[in-house]
Amino acid sequence: MSPNPQPAPIAATPRGNLYQPLVMKIASAREEAPDVRTLRLEFPDEASRAAFFAKYRVGMFGLYGVPGAGESTFCVASPPTRTGYIECTFRRTGRVTAALRDREVGQAITFRGPYGNCFPIETWKGRNLVFIAGGIALPPLRSVISNVLDRRAEFGKVTILYGARTVADLVYKDELAEWAKRADVNLVTTVDPGGETPDWKGKIGFVPAVLEQAAPGPDNAVALVCGPPIMIKFSLPVLKKLGFPDADTYTTLENRMKCGVGKCGRCNVGSLYVCKDGPVFTVEQLRGMPQGDL
Amino acid sequence: MKVFDATKLSHVAAALQAAGYRVVAPIEDGAVVRLKEWAPGASIRPDVIPVNSAKDVLLPPSEVIGRTTFDGNDFTPQDVPVAAPRTVLLAVRPCDAAAMALLDTVFNWDYKDEFYNARREATTVVPVACTSTDDQCFCTSVGGAPDSKAGADAILRPADGGTKFIVEPITEKGKAMLAAAGGTIADGDAKADPPAAVPRRFDAQAVTAWLADHFEDDLWATVGLGCLGCGACTYACPTCHCFDIQDEATRREGVRLRNWDSCGFGQFTLHASGHNPRALQSARWRNRVMHKFSYIPQRFQMLGCTGCGRCARLCGAGMSMAEVCRLIDEESRKAAAK
Repeated sequence: MSPNPQPAPIAATPRGNLYQPLVMKIASAREEAPDVRTLRLEFPDEASRAAFFAKYRVGMFGLYGVPGAGESTFCVASPPTRTGYIECTFRRTGRVTAALRDREVGQAITFRGPYGNCFPIETWKGRNLVFIAGGIALPPLRSVISNVLDRRAEFGKVTILYGARTVADLVYKDELAEWAKRADVNLVTTVDPGGETPDWKGKIGFVPAVLEQAAPGPDNAVALVCGPPIMIKFSLPVLKKLGFPDADTYTTLENRMKCGVGKCGRCNVGSLYVCKDGPVFTVEQLRGMPQGDL
Repeated sequence: MKVFDATKLSHVAAALQAAGYRVVAPIEDGAVVRLKEWAPGASIRPDVIPVNSAKDVLLPPSEVIGRTTFDGNDFTPQDVPVAAPRTVLLAVRPCDAAAMALLDTVFNWDYKDEFYNARREATTVVPVACTSTDDQCFCTSVGGAPDSKAGADAILRPADGGTKFIVEPITEKGKAMLAAAGGTIADGDAKADPPAAVPRRFDAQAVTAWLADHFEDDLWATVGLGCLGCGACTYACPTCHCFDIQDEATRREGVRLRNWDSCGFGQFTLHASGHNPRALQSARWRNRVMHKFSYIPQRFQMLGCTGCGRCARLCGAGMSMAEVCRLIDEESRKAAAK
């Protein structure tokens, strides 16, 4: 199996409580879709902000929590080029996400991170980037997209294909509108058949089919795929057919996690720990994993 | 040579306690012998393999790792001091001491776990060499030995037909323990009893090799069918370290707890979406075997099993890690013979 896309940096080793979170203030909040919310979080002090951004690269994740409810794992959805805050986007599903959702602007939540490895975007300079996302899985790619757009001149063509079940389920609607306006971004949005509204201007169809239609070129390109397992399953053969090598196709895995730092023992896929060896993997790595453990 | 009378183990424990150590030893507890804190009057039973492992001292079943006070919608995290009393693990088993190499690695492989480390540093490990064995012991199959010094700060060797113990200090911690025991351990002469003969039940290297390309195999369904999913094997295991983190709170304060968890439980890997990578008990059993004999060897160049046999002694369904490994060894021999 090839090495990690980019190894996680060696952790600093100060003595202290590994599990003690930062208290982050909610600077603003946005409803993205039914039950999907984005929180913009500010660091409690300059030292913790600087420490975070010294380490943070796109693809890393954190544990967001509400004391009394618990912690949940999501990606950091904002890029390291925007250094005043971080953002997370989540869907209300269980006890912790319900508690996170109930927090209001001006109140606080807890955060631990960043943890895990990252997309090796420094090795992608000059290359064309193809982003393929479905539903609530745009947030992990949104940090990469924002980072690339903040450093637009360093990268080649940018293609974004994003689909959701219905128009209402599309997240980051404001940003989608911005990306659509840009001449240097090729944005294709789609909704599942039946999920369209009368004034929907995007495509109607499942992501793999729309991907085949859009047919982004594989030359000098890197593909990033993130979505529900079924979308990934049917998108990978399309990417292969289009000529994208597995080693240049990336995804990010999410497994149930408690510690985030390689100790609690549940996020492994075979011998790989999603929290340490991932969450970013190439499709080549993915194919080397025991498929029955995914 | 440092020796003491086998009947005087409590005297040693008392001396260590007087010197400021917490003494954890195999102690009669109702119908069983359990590793627990010694108190005057408690009966130490070095002749019985305790039901629980020494892991309990370093990674307790439940501990507070976070504390918060609430004031309306505001909250303030509080510092959580680590309780790490100076402790002697007296007359634990060599397979308990050997397990610490793995725990040390997991809790330090890059991020350092201060709760574990503080307790580990404060702990002196003094196993007793085994001179008898039972049907479930298999340390010799996993690179151990009934008189192994691995992970030990000092070792007790039964001597003169079980009437004495010879004490051999190994590390500085072991020497300090010996000094703290004062006159209860004195210069003397004794002949060490031969260690127990623990038969080798399988070839661990062959098991590891077989596992590398048998993630999918009918054996897992066969093995998994017996499992009740109770988690007892993981709780009794000296190397199992998987944990859950849960919050509990009142309106005024909350705690974040680290609790033992088990890969045998159905919710262990359950996603919020409802997807479960290891939805079947057979997949969970496979993970348990793979983790100990394939994944840990790949990552840390050691086995995740020290052959203590506690899992098999406790299993209500009569399942045994050694028996599964023996089956796998047999499978690999059959494959080689073809």
